[in-house]
Amino acid sequence: MSIRERLSGNEAIAYAMRQIDPDVFAAFPITPSTEIPQYFAQYVADGKVSTEYVTVESEHSSMSTCIGAAAAGARAVTATSSAGLAFMYEVLYVAASSRLPITLACVNRTLTGPININNDHSDSMGARDAGWLQIYAENNQEAYDNYLQAMRISEHPSVRLPIMICQDGFITSHAVENILLEEDAAVKKFVGEYHPEHALVGRDHPLAVGPYDSCPYCMEHKVMQAEAMKNAKKVILDVAADFERTFGRKYGFFEEYRMEDAEVALVLIGSTAGTAKACIEKLRAQGVKAGLVKVRVFRPFPMDEIAQALKNVKAVAVMDKSEGYSGCGGPLFAETRSACYDLPDPPKMIDVVYGLAGRDCAVEDIEKVYRHLLKIVETGETGPRYIHFGQRSNQEEVL
Amino acid sequence: MSKTMTEIRWHGRGGQGAKTACLLLADAAFASGKYVQGFPEYGPERMGAPITAYNRISDVPCTIHSNIYDPDYVVVVDESLLHTVDVTAGLNPEGAIVINSARDPEELRPLLRGYAGGVYTIDARRISEEHLGRYFPNTPMLSAIVQVSRVLEPGRFIADMEASFRHKFATKPQVIQGNMNCLIQSMKEVRGA
Repeated sequence: MSIRERLSGNEAIAYAMRQIDPDVFAAFPITPSTEIPQYFAQYVADGKVSTEYVTVESEHSSMSTCIGAAAAGARAVTATSSAGLAFMYEVLYVAASSRLPITLACVNRTLTGPININNDHSDSMGARDAGWLQIYAENNQEAYDNYLQAMRISEHPSVRLPIMICQDGFITSHAVENILLEEDAAVKKFVGEYHPEHALVGRDHPLAVGPYDSCPYCMEHKVMQAEAMKNAKKVILDVAADFERTFGRKYGFFEEYRMEDAEVALVLIGSTAGTAKACIEKLRAQGVKAGLVKVRVFRPFPMDEIAQALKNVKAVAVMDKSEGYSGCGGPLFAETRSACYDLPDPPKMIDVVYGLAGRDCAVEDIEKVYRHLLKIVETGETGPRYIHFGQRSNQEEVL
Repeated sequence: MSKTMTEIRWHGRGGQGAKTACLLLADAAFASGKYVQGFPEYGPERMGAPITAYNRISDVPCTIHSNIYDPDYVVVVDESLLHTVDVTAGLNPEGAIVINSARDPEELRPLLRGYAGGVYTIDARRISEEHLGRYFPNTPMLSAIVQVSRVLEPGRFIADMEASFRHKFATKPQVIQGNMNCLIQSMKEVRGA
């Protein structure tokens, strides 16, 4: 039986961690993820977990601690945000290339500068090429559910890659909302125990972790890592299917909301999806065929599946909550537009960069984006392809 | 507007407990079977800086994750904010504002930029100092907004809060009665129209 509760997103993650009782938690605080190690420290103090709680002096060290622990064969976790994730940068790659299934709760916050504590996706998007799996949540429920699925994906023998479970800083991390929790025993059974094939601790199969990899071998290892990222797709769907059988909530690479007959659609990530759903209901009541693709899994990117979801849509706005500074659109736009390249009749597509550094996005804002898409459909003119939305400006706004 | 959902905006200063009161209201609404949201909006992280917090309380699930721009009710935990923050911005004229003040509501109305809806005041400082011996305005403000908005049934709210305090203050039960007195006294004293 699920347990009806109300928790913030951070509490939900800490609760999941307690239920899983990982071997090692490497802790260093940073807003807005600080509550996760804080709540977990209370569980440690109360004797509710057997986890080795390691307080370190920086995020570079928290990730390094996770790497050491995971290499030794332990289940290692941490949590961070923004500059904390950036400070891990070097070792994120070490974790992924060493094929260590570490779970990182990433509470998305904009990257400095100027310094700001609020939400956007620039931190995890900046790490999108680090070789980590990335799964994003719309709300506290999804953050909890994604966390329960994380280790089975990450530790799977055909994957063995670290995983980031992302949620929007403050918007979901600090918002108390209703949630369904699962019982401890059911969670433990679902997640299972971790018995790695190879580990530093244990004399039977000696191995080295992190040695110099010379030219005749190194590329092969990188290709194997790329194959593992591709393999993760099947594992993600298998774990989601088992999660649905066990707990009744359905997950995939992305959620399609009112896409069955959609003529205009948004593609976006995170908490804005909920606001977009409210907007879609409003527009549908007026006869507008609006839909939404909410991306849950960004790494690996579900390229073929996204293209299939968008193939019948006339105009799409990808909404990027990170700038990327490519000069031609954000990271979600680049992936989504590329995914649609092979479609015989791809939709017209624009990038709307929004919500940077916590700039709020309300139902009325989403409605402006849909109205703009309707205009594109009506005129047949895509117009500017790369737009910033929600900022104050003395120039004429596109939206 | 559809009355399946009530939206409340809190204005306070960092350290006064506006966020805590907002979360306590979410707790109480959850206990009475509602769908709830309680969330803060942070500016600079320092004591005394203006902060805003929000509640959505609904009979059906709410997926919206934006701030609240057209609230049904506003709570002002610090009277000095009336001079610096547009606290009635977007406030529903059918709704009301509840202000922590010893003054008469009609004395404050001229500071509210023409707001024509309900204006209520409660002297949270006196009540808090009387029953808790210190200035914690959030508990009296919490019950004042419940009394004015009726977003929760007052009797049920008091019972739920007692259970919540017993849990929250399990290690210092001596403060439970003072907090309960604050809630009850504030419901009696909140005045306005």
